[in-house]
Amino acid sequence: MASALRYSDSLIAGILRRVRTIAMVGASPNWKRPSNFAMKYLQQKGYRVIPVNPRAAEAGASILGERARASLAEVPAPVEMVDVFRGSDAALEITREAIRLREEKRIEVVWMQLGVRNDEAAAEAEAAGLTVIMNRCPKIEYGRLWGELGWGGFDRGVISSRWRRPVKGDERAG
Amino acid sequence: MSDETPAPEGGTASDWGFETRMIHAGAGPDPVSGSRQIPIHQTSAYAFHDVDHAASLFNLQTFGFIYSRLGNPTVASLEQRIASLEGGCGATCAASGHAAQVLAFFPLIEAGERFAASTRLYGGSVTQFSRTFPKFDWQCDFVDTEDLSAVEAVLAQGAKALFVESLANPGGVVTDLETLAGLTRAAGALLIVDNTLATPWLCRPFEWGADLIVHSATKFLSGNGTVIGGAVVDSGRFDWSASGRFPGLSEPEPAYHGLKFSETFGELAFTVHSHAVGLRDLGASMAPMNAFLTLLGTETLALRMERHCRNALAVAEWLTEHPKVEWVSYAGLPTSPYRELAEKYLPNGAGSVFTFGVRGGYEAGVRVVEKCELFSHLANIGDARSLIIHPASTTHRQLTDEQRAAAGAGPEVVRLSIGLETVDDLVRDLDGALAAA
Ligand SMILES: Cc1ncc(COP(=O)(O)O)c(C=O)c1O
Repeated sequence: MASALRYSDSLIAGILRRVRTIAMVGASPNWKRPSNFAMKYLQQKGYRVIPVNPRAAEAGASILGERARASLAEVPAPVEMVDVFRGSDAALEITREAIRLREEKRIEVVWMQLGVRNDEAAAEAEAAGLTVIMNRCPKIEYGRLWGELGWGGFDRGVISSRWRRPVKGDERAG
Repeated sequence: MSDETPAPEGGTASDWGFETRMIHAGAGPDPVSGSRQIPIHQTSAYAFHDVDHAASLFNLQTFGFIYSRLGNPTVASLEQRIASLEGGCGATCAASGHAAQVLAFFPLIEAGERFAASTRLYGGSVTQFSRTFPKFDWQCDFVDTEDLSAVEAVLAQGAKALFVESLANPGGVVTDLETLAGLTRAAGALLIVDNTLATPWLCRPFEWGADLIVHSATKFLSGNGTVIGGAVVDSGRFDWSASGRFPGLSEPEPAYHGLKFSETFGELAFTVHSHAVGLRDLGASMAPMNAFLTLLGTETLALRMERHCRNALAVAEWLTEHPKVEWVSYAGLPTSPYRELAEKYLPNGAGSVFTFGVRGGYEAGVRVVEKCELFSHLANIGDARSLIIHPASTTHRQLTDEQRAAAGAGPEVVRLSIGLETVDDLVRDLDGALAAA
């Protein structure tokens, strides 16, 4: 196994604050799938999440109110983050497409889901000036950084004695 | 970029010192009131924004509270704190240490399956595993964990987990966690460590390869003899899907529409399951007031443990010189056979619960206990007060003679839990009791 991935809280928090629109490659129309869970949660936190799913797109389907797109190229700009909800092998091709579309779609971040890691893709994306996060879930990171994960009994790794306003459902706190 | 090391101000909890986390982990100011100490959320249930929000919560699609059997904000603060102190990923609090033990095994063991446990355990755990668990058709094989080939044999026979106490009750025994973790890992089984007597300030079993930790929060974590409570902590490192041996976590859960916990929640799977299935159906949840008292206790854990250990060592040393004392079993003594293991696993002290043997056997043991004035005669440990008990007639009474001997609770054995009083007063009290015995 390659070296463990460590990302600072400030790096992750910066991404989650800056990003408004996320292209979720591999988003499932089946509400019981993890991608659908994550998409719904991120929508509740105020992100626009555009599903990329060729099969759903071909059927003309919408997922959680957003029309599914057949590929990244069909996602309207701007989309600051590409969330890879596919296997580690598929991540290379998706990342290369994100690099190609970088300027046109104003993509800044390639984020690979929990369990997804492709070091080759990461190296290429970073060389192209993109920020890469691997083997993390934006839903879990959001909950960890802004408190809700603690409600489930998880160590958030955040310590602060500053009085922060409550997290609102429709905007990023902090 | 991707291997970036966290900067101090953007770090993670492991970058904060133990004493800081003891006070601050899981406990920022209340977002609504600014209340600096954690509010006691004395409520049974929680309002939903709307039907969709309720559905998201029931489907586990979002984090939040539904009903206090499944989770409560005050209890969640304690869960975060214990998880942080142990270096774990998450924790689930329970109504007692024993309830935490049921919660720990519940996702792992199906009817007809086996696990193994050390013979050197708190008597109540031996009884729970050997008398009550078989009613769920969970079978426990007890094994001498100092006999490594016996441990390997029991794992080879299908034990899915090995349960040990890091520092064993009634005392003086230190378990070789790193070695045992090597054996369980090789067998695809879990190492579950009861860290009650050591507390995370003295020993952190995850650093030695344990997979789950259980606590009786009744003892040192709360520390004042006010609470019955427990916790199970997950390291987040066990791969539930690798072997297919843990279908409770890796296979579809019918009650949640076929959701697979390990696929959906990754390293959070065990703790989500413990709340959403374990507490939901077993129902042994911690009361918010008990969580609050335990949170107060954890704020001073390191200070208390330091003094507990110092007092215990002084009393143990004094006892070794006493003519009426046959032997003293305290891992902090230079003569202890566990001295080396104690130096490795408990460098800050060997705890404050230990046993000694009184000349004169059962009768003498009973008399010492009854003659104490300052020591309280009761069935508990880990209190600010010093406690004394004769295990053979009380905590270990329900065991057979062989089980008692294996657990270090023979007829002449007296168990002490040394408190925070003036150490000379403790010695004087024991001196008087021994003289009268
Ligand atoms: C080592 C150990 N584990 C577990 C327990 C059980 O905890 P509780 O009494 O909180 O159920 C005890 C209680 O004495 C104990 O000493």
